[in-house]
Amino acid sequence: MGMTITEKILAAHAGKDQVEPGELIHAKLDIVLANDVTAPVSIKELEKINLEKVFDKEKVVLVQDHFVPAKDIKSAEQGKIVRDFARKHDITHHYDVGEMGIEHCLLPEKGLVVPGDTVIGADSHTCTYGALGAFATGVGSTDLAAGIALGEAWFKVPESIKFEYDGELPEDVTGKDLILHTIGDIGVDGALYQSMEFTGSAIDALSMDGRMTMANMAIEAGAKNGIIAPDKTTLAYVDERAQRPYKVYKSDEDAKYNRHIKYNVEDLEPVVAFPHLPENTRPVSEAGNVEIDQVVIGSCTNGRIEDLRLAAKVMQGKKVHKNVRCIIFPGTQAIYKQAIREGIIETFIDSGCAVSTPTCGPCLGGHMGILAKGERSLATTNRNFVGRMGHPESEVYLCAPHVAAASAVAGRIVHPREVE
Amino acid sequence: MEFTGKVWKFGKDIDTDAIIPARYLNTTSPEELAKHCMEDADPTFPQKVQKGDIIVADKNFGCGSSREHAPIAIKASGVPCVVAKSFARIFFRNSINIGLPIFECPEAVEGIREGDVISVDADQGVIFNQTTGQSYNVTPLPESMQKLIRDGGLMAYVKNRLEEQK
Repeated sequence: MGMTITEKILAAHAGKDQVEPGELIHAKLDIVLANDVTAPVSIKELEKINLEKVFDKEKVVLVQDHFVPAKDIKSAEQGKIVRDFARKHDITHHYDVGEMGIEHCLLPEKGLVVPGDTVIGADSHTCTYGALGAFATGVGSTDLAAGIALGEAWFKVPESIKFEYDGELPEDVTGKDLILHTIGDIGVDGALYQSMEFTGSAIDALSMDGRMTMANMAIEAGAKNGIIAPDKTTLAYVDERAQRPYKVYKSDEDAKYNRHIKYNVEDLEPVVAFPHLPENTRPVSEAGNVEIDQVVIGSCTNGRIEDLRLAAKVMQGKKVHKNVRCIIFPGTQAIYKQAIREGIIETFIDSGCAVSTPTCGPCLGGHMGILAKGERSLATTNRNFVGRMGHPESEVYLCAPHVAAASAVAGRIVHPREVE
Repeated sequence: MEFTGKVWKFGKDIDTDAIIPARYLNTTSPEELAKHCMEDADPTFPQKVQKGDIIVADKNFGCGSSREHAPIAIKASGVPCVVAKSFARIFFRNSINIGLPIFECPEAVEGIREGDVISVDADQGVIFNQTTGQSYNVTPLPESMQKLIRDGGLMAYVKNRLEEQK
């Protein structure tokens, strides 16, 4: 019987020829990832059992990205726990202030994750690496601690849903719009416990940055992972960066899916998710008159170079509306530097934006752009839950970078053509 | 395992930001986290929850972030178990791993109101609503997961494995 790409990767890592949905397996891990918020909980657990040695110091990746540069004394203490652990165990891939980036932008860029890998990360957006044709899923700190100690994790093999995006993408529709449209269609638990496999001519035409945005938000539909089979676009990206040999897996023709959902992308337009769930989507033309106080462009979802280019193109020569604070978060130092080289950062500053060092920052209501009671933010981030970016009575709207940039200029949510 | 307690009822898609907002993630102390448990879903919850009370919620409880601080905050509030129509997958794993029993039972959630007193018998797979006299069958957790909880969570398993390796 045929297998999906997810089943093939899991089978290979469990030492089996075949696996089936529902089967419980123990899989070997290629990368085990944590950040400055989740690693301290794992480290506390590992200290309780007096861990002498991590399973492989090359395969444990620690990125200090959430509350850094430290936002307060308590965060500084959490950050120090991670630094001390990284030094004690001589962790090769420990990224701190000055060289770190937002973890899910950083790992692919550095070639730390490659096609065919099995990855767990104590961060729900670990599913981003599915864009490289890897099986990657978010876990909690205890699973992560077990991964650091043993280099393996238990999984229930997920059922798969095949998403097929047909047609040619309209010029104003991005990967973010495709994934928001999908979540709006199936709901925030529409893929609960399952694998979302993204296919079709529109995916083939999408850049790696756009694919990573899509896989990143699989968790917002409840999925275990999102995945895209490697093609020439993937391999061109990976070959420049891979630090290890990799293996390309693809789904068999006769692989079993529990659903097959098709979209014609030619009818789509940019999408906005209204508070307080990513499934509350509307085409931007139906957004109505929503005035905004803040715009956030960045995050593990949309902090890559193509995202910044898209926003800068809209903002070029225009000013951010006087009632709006627009904050830009490049995903990594390399992306930041590239944006400087291309004049993108200058465009943002000339337009009246604030540009920050890479950090998860306001996406999770951490720091660098917290909302007051009653304020509204439009953001290229991934979640718009109650209180996500600050006060429980503030609001977050989600969109793609060009819509965010145009809305920053207009002072309300608009289609980019309205500020042309 | 059997738990009896008064019910606090919550709606659908309660996310981990509502269970423990990120503004409190600068600590890992269970007691500190418990002070803010469920705060963005019900700001008065940390004050009114009593040891032994049970959380009952609609579908997709614990969606969103992977923060283990969420089940830790619930457990440290004295809540011995959670019943929901369904759980988000990372929250599900985290709860098992830290030894917070959770039960999926849509019928029970429909029939239980806030303030009811319920008993959850994990071994028999029965939820009994003492207030209404209704009882509901609940699918027990797979044996491997029950064993994980009985053995003291995932870290106890890790410790045994590491000792075997020596």
